[in-house]
Amino acid sequence: MRRLAWSALLIVLVIFLTFLVFYELPSADPAQLRAGRLATPALVAEIREKFGLDRPFYEQFWIYMKSVVTEFDLGYSYYKNVPVREEIFARLPASISVAVGAFVLWLAIALPVGILTALRPRSRTDRAVTGMTLFFLSAPTYWLGLVMLFLFARDIGRFPLVGGAGTYVPLSENPKAWFESLILPWIVLAFGFAGLYARMIGENLREVMALDYVRTARAKGLSERRVVVRHGLRAALTPVVTLAALDLGFLLGGTILVETVFNIPGVGRYAVEAIQNADLPAIQGTVLFGAIFIIFAVLVADILYAVLDPRVRY
Amino acid sequence: MALLELRDLEVAFRTREGIVRAVNDVSLSLDRGRTLGLVGESGSGKTVTALTILGLTRSEQTEIAGEVLLDGVDLVTLPESELRDLRGRRVGMVFQDPLSSLHPMYRIGWQIAEAVRAHERVSKKAARARAVELIRGVGIPSPEARVDAYPHELSGGMRQRVMIAMALALDPDVLIADEPTSALDVTVQAQILELLARLQSETGMALLVVSHDLGVIAEHADEVVVMYAGRVVEQGTRDEVIGAAIHPYTLGLLESIPHVDGPRMAQLTPIPGSPPSAVDLPPGCAFHPRCTYARPSCAELVPALLRVGPDHRVACPVLAPTSPLTPDKPRR
Repeated sequence: MRRLAWSALLIVLVIFLTFLVFYELPSADPAQLRAGRLATPALVAEIREKFGLDRPFYEQFWIYMKSVVTEFDLGYSYYKNVPVREEIFARLPASISVAVGAFVLWLAIALPVGILTALRPRSRTDRAVTGMTLFFLSAPTYWLGLVMLFLFARDIGRFPLVGGAGTYVPLSENPKAWFESLILPWIVLAFGFAGLYARMIGENLREVMALDYVRTARAKGLSERRVVVRHGLRAALTPVVTLAALDLGFLLGGTILVETVFNIPGVGRYAVEAIQNADLPAIQGTVLFGAIFIIFAVLVADILYAVLDPRVRY
Repeated sequence: MALLELRDLEVAFRTREGIVRAVNDVSLSLDRGRTLGLVGESGSGKTVTALTILGLTRSEQTEIAGEVLLDGVDLVTLPESELRDLRGRRVGMVFQDPLSSLHPMYRIGWQIAEAVRAHERVSKKAARARAVELIRGVGIPSPEARVDAYPHELSGGMRQRVMIAMALALDPDVLIADEPTSALDVTVQAQILELLARLQSETGMALLVVSHDLGVIAEHADEVVVMYAGRVVEQGTRDEVIGAAIHPYTLGLLESIPHVDGPRMAQLTPIPGSPPSAVDLPPGCAFHPRCTYARPSCAELVPALLRVGPDHRVACPVLAPTSPLTPDKPRR
């Protein structure tokens, strides 16, 4: 309950900060931006009045805050004159597809590889994983993404296997095309995480396997498989699960680089467009949206940890 | 034939600092209904000896030689799958720290039931019912409620009772207790030792108690084996080892036990020096740098175990009675 209250407070704080940043530091007068190129002073003044831009700061914040909380109204895009909320929701499925797909892929790689490295420390697999992790973590996403496209994309690739940039189709329209358009972004996103997680799982498991209760499990006469899975992994994965929830929440808020490189119409690319167009409500909206995802993920991670480890109580 | 017999057991670990010979030439035997106490300081090899009985020290870095005979079957050469079948079923183990030895994320009833289900095809419900009975058997009040407790919700003594219940779940012939009371409060220590003695008289199991505390051993063991730096320095019946100790190390241990009935300000005599490092043992008798009776010859040869009584053997040529000075067997 206290955690929940903290999360709510944090969201209000984020709303305030995003509001403050764009109130105090607009690159141009919002009313001017809204009015467009051929604005007459009268029109600017009218807009200023209509949107309450002439009111005092706290009143403006109150209006913004109220509409965000009660109807999740993030305002109208200056650039397109449509509700920011609708724009974000329309792009959400693409961002979720990228994030969840990458998440599944990276766990599917990290789990077996991590277990393998833990049970065979300093083996060839162990070293290979360390090397791959370093490579995928050090390689910038945009570079790795472009390399992937040049290698495998159907339009420009050397080995044209899958759809390239800008081929995103919603899952509901064509699952096969959806999958093909996303496999490269998934790989680019997942491999770095997968290496990191494989090492983390491996290190945790190696530590746990040396603990007294694992010895007890062996002394009971359990099979080694059961000792590793039920006793070792159960303890080694608990911190990893909570971290994974955090990372997933982070990705759900939009993956700016990957969405840009692969031209995927997601929330991340919308944020980039919003910045390029100085579309203040849209920037505010995407930032707030990402922050809410992260705060929610933190909450979920905390709850998961308490559920998974009976020693933890809130 | 003894129920459990160790013959010339040797355990060596390959480490980066070199080979650690943790256990050398350890021979002992244990029968049903009897209690054997294995005493020594930390690093003396007593715990490694106990763990090696069930093959729990097996790894790529470990070399094990000699024999561990359970009813005549050598466990050292037994394949892992067959050894696993013996673990928990014929030989149970209780460890030093019950908090770290129980899995923190599972309910105690589940952990006990798991031991049952590892060896018997019983339903989860039946295994749980067994767990409740086992918890009752080790003297934990309101077992129906405690069966669903997590280890951290119990006191240290209760946790060790849970460990004992788990080790006895399949009615083993041998119970190995590695420092069963060292992590517990003094008052609880006595309760746990009493519980072990009661359970032993009920089941007739053999009990191997490993402890650094000669006081604990002196009170409960029928036979005593004293280890120092990976070797047996003295072994025999309790009366022989405790009542008529010969080896200077055993004498030192006996002098460092506080006596409740002794004079209030009685001096405890500590053994001078500290135990040697396992990678760099002194030549000859490993105890000679700390020994007040040491002679130059002590640094030359590892002393053989000499037979000085019906079951009494001691590895000290200086203090052993000169006749019948019969070496038990040559030592490496």
